[in-house]
Amino acid sequence: MTGWQLAQLNVGVLQAPLDSPQLEDFIANLEQVNAIADGSPGFVWRLRDAGGNNATGLRPRGPDLLVNMSVWETLESLRAFVYRTGPHLDMLRRRREFFRPLDDAHQVLWWIPRGHIPDLDEALSRLDLLRRDGPGPAAFTFREPYPPPVMTPAAGTAREL
Amino acid sequence: MTEISVIAALDDPVRFRLYDYVCRQDHEVGRDEAAASVGIQRGTAASHLDKLAAAGLLNVTFRRPAGRSGPGAGRPAKLYCRSDAEHQVSVPPRDYRAAAEILAEVAEVTGAEPAVQRVARRRGSQIGRAARAANPAAGAADLVAACLAAQGYQPCVDGPVIRLRNCPFHVLADQHPPLICGMNLALVQGLLEAAAASGLAARLDPQPGDCCVVVERSKDVRA
Repeated sequence: MTGWQLAQLNVGVLQAPLDSPQLEDFIANLEQVNAIADGSPGFVWRLRDAGGNNATGLRPRGPDLLVNMSVWETLESLRAFVYRTGPHLDMLRRRREFFRPLDDAHQVLWWIPRGHIPDLDEALSRLDLLRRDGPGPAAFTFREPYPPPVMTPAAGTAREL
Repeated sequence: MTEISVIAALDDPVRFRLYDYVCRQDHEVGRDEAAASVGIQRGTAASHLDKLAAAGLLNVTFRRPAGRSGPGAGRPAKLYCRSDAEHQVSVPPRDYRAAAEILAEVAEVTGAEPAVQRVARRRGSQIGRAARAANPAAGAADLVAACLAAQGYQPCVDGPVIRLRNCPFHVLADQHPPLICGMNLALVQGLLEAAAASGLAARLDPQPGDCCVVVERSKDVRA
């Protein structure tokens, strides 16, 4: 166990409104996939909107952009959930039915001091950083990951880029 | 050891059969089991297995049989399993992987995943049709297993399911799982359809080390 945990933000531009038939299967599977995440080894926390059990009610950058955000013990624990559980991988396989392609990064990973819960401002600024500078220690991807910082996190460093 | 000498370690029919057997198992294989699979003496099998291990094609572990521990349990058995290392030799030099990586990224950026799945399904269907035409009398499960083996999936029948012990696109799948696993699934689905394997269905069920696709008997086969 290190002094760091992994935060993850994912964004997706909807192909159609959330309550349309095209998104029916996405909504139908959301609860099961979230439950798998919650029970996965290394899961720490995920973002929920005020009303519900998921983050679909939060639209920090316009009505078409869905966000999801979570915190995990390690990169490997997140990877195992994202790519090695059947129901989630199957949703990813079908993502074009639900989400438009993005020319830019749609997921960002970054290390946070253990116990810190990131907010959407922090997460979106990490995504902007990734989109601006490419993967680096402060904002990276599964394909180009960075290890947690060597130093022990100091209080108040959570939002520093 | 160079790539060529690694590959050359497989240039012996018996050794290759041992290698192939170990790769297709879902457990670590001991010398007795490996020898029996090929029908040779234990000592000969051991020598081949150790050459494969020295070449880095197999990994070695030592373990006592289940239920035996402590003094008097005997020496731990030497067990072999497939190494994750990938070896490629191409003469003259070719680099299809780099091309595939670029194309995979293009497919993701442009949102071409559905087209990739359609094309993969078509390809699977061609493979299945050709196999069916060559073996009109073959049982569906046997035909499918033979096709999957020929495509490099290393199928392994595990009760009611066929597990695929190898992902032929491993590096690419590691970099682009939704795209490549979706492509694999579509290819296998096309194959099942064309082979008229109406009692079999494919779905994603990722297991460590295996291809993410699993084939199972099903009464309710979705197209």
